[in-house]
Amino acid sequence: MTPDLIYGATGIAVFAIGLIGALCAQDRLRRVLALKLCSVGAGFILVVGAWRIPPADPDPVPHALVITGIVVMVSATAVALALIRRLHTLEAEDDD
Amino acid sequence: MNDPFLLFDLLLASAVIALAVATLSVRDLFASIVLFVIFGLLSALAWVRLSAPDVALAEAAIGTGVTGALLLKTLHHMRFVTGRLGQDAAESVTPAQPVPAPVIWANAALCGLITLGLAMAFFAAPQAGPGFEALVTDAMPESGVTHPVTAVLLNFRSYDTLMEVVVLLAAVIAVWQIERGLSEAPAPALGEIWHGFARLTLPAIVVVGTYLLWKGSEAPGGAFQSGAVLAAVGLLLLLSRNYVPRPAHRGLARWAFVLGTGVFAAIALLVAGGGREVFEYPAEHAYSLILLIEGLVTISIAVTLAALFHGREPVALAIEEKRHDT
Repeated sequence: MTPDLIYGATGIAVFAIGLIGALCAQDRLRRVLALKLCSVGAGFILVVGAWRIPPADPDPVPHALVITGIVVMVSATAVALALIRRLHTLEAEDDD
Repeated sequence: MNDPFLLFDLLLASAVIALAVATLSVRDLFASIVLFVIFGLLSALAWVRLSAPDVALAEAAIGTGVTGALLLKTLHHMRFVTGRLGQDAAESVTPAQPVPAPVIWANAALCGLITLGLAMAFFAAPQAGPGFEALVTDAMPESGVTHPVTAVLLNFRSYDTLMEVVVLLAAVIAVWQIERGLSEAPAPALGEIWHGFARLTLPAIVVVGTYLLWKGSEAPGGAFQSGAVLAAVGLLLLLSRNYVPRPAHRGLARWAFVLGTGVFAAIALLVAGGGREVFEYPAEHAYSLILLIEGLVTISIAVTLAALFHGREPVALAIEEKRHDT
């Protein structure tokens, strides 16, 4: 049992939980959260792929890819949340 | 192999998985977001264990911190719109219809298949095989910096990074368009302690953010982590109402949004010529160019993230602003 196996399995599990959540979640905010979980799971797998048994240095290219992914994900989340706020407001106005 | 950290790894991995399940299964959305933030921080800790401190910093600051703030703001807005501010149960306006069981089972089966494929691919892949590290190590002298992740981000793969900044710019444009004319939920009233807290932490955050940027060339840190930390300054200023966006600030904000992208693209194009390709910085100036790009990109990232949190474009319709500190 090395850290890469433990955290690789964690990443796969988190991705699976996020995937099921994204498909089955009822409200929109939770669905965004589920997609965020998926992205963290994918990040886990990339970071594990970059890991080398110490004292060897890890591979910096996947690290850069994950950092890029995190920034793209926050942009996507912000747009998704703005759409949710808008939709929610429209629905609330319809109800009145 | 008897690693003293094995128990820690196993506990941390179980905690991460349990928090992921809890995030999606608790009823209260507020609790869900809080659990998600804890999940993100523990994931960042796991990435530190996997010797990826840059990624952990980015995840903690952007993936968890800024995202958590965005989620809480959205929840606050939703509760305000439905007039349920202060109530614990915040459900969507339309009552959720139960999903038929067969659909859930079909979804679960498909997710299981995808996960199985992913697991097979992961466990069948050569473990700790050679990646790009040898290539990166060989090219480090040309990069102008000494930290490999910064070299990859801002030199070897700077096209990716430019596109990433463009995505951030596109996001803020989209958010401003979507939120146009949307009523704004009043900012939650923050007590006295909060003002004191903001006053105490703001200088510290500015120092930490600048340090992360400066240190990025030789140690973990860099434009994105620093930008997110500095965005926290913006968030605190917005929340404590020490800064209220006004329509007159729109022009300045727009310049700040495009500053990073513009300078990055301009430098990338200007270094071309004389036998060099676009993005191929001359080795003797690489350090100063990277520092210039990083500095300006940091400003753009910080302002953009704070604007994404604020959401609405400060339009002229915004009537009287209630200043809290008077």
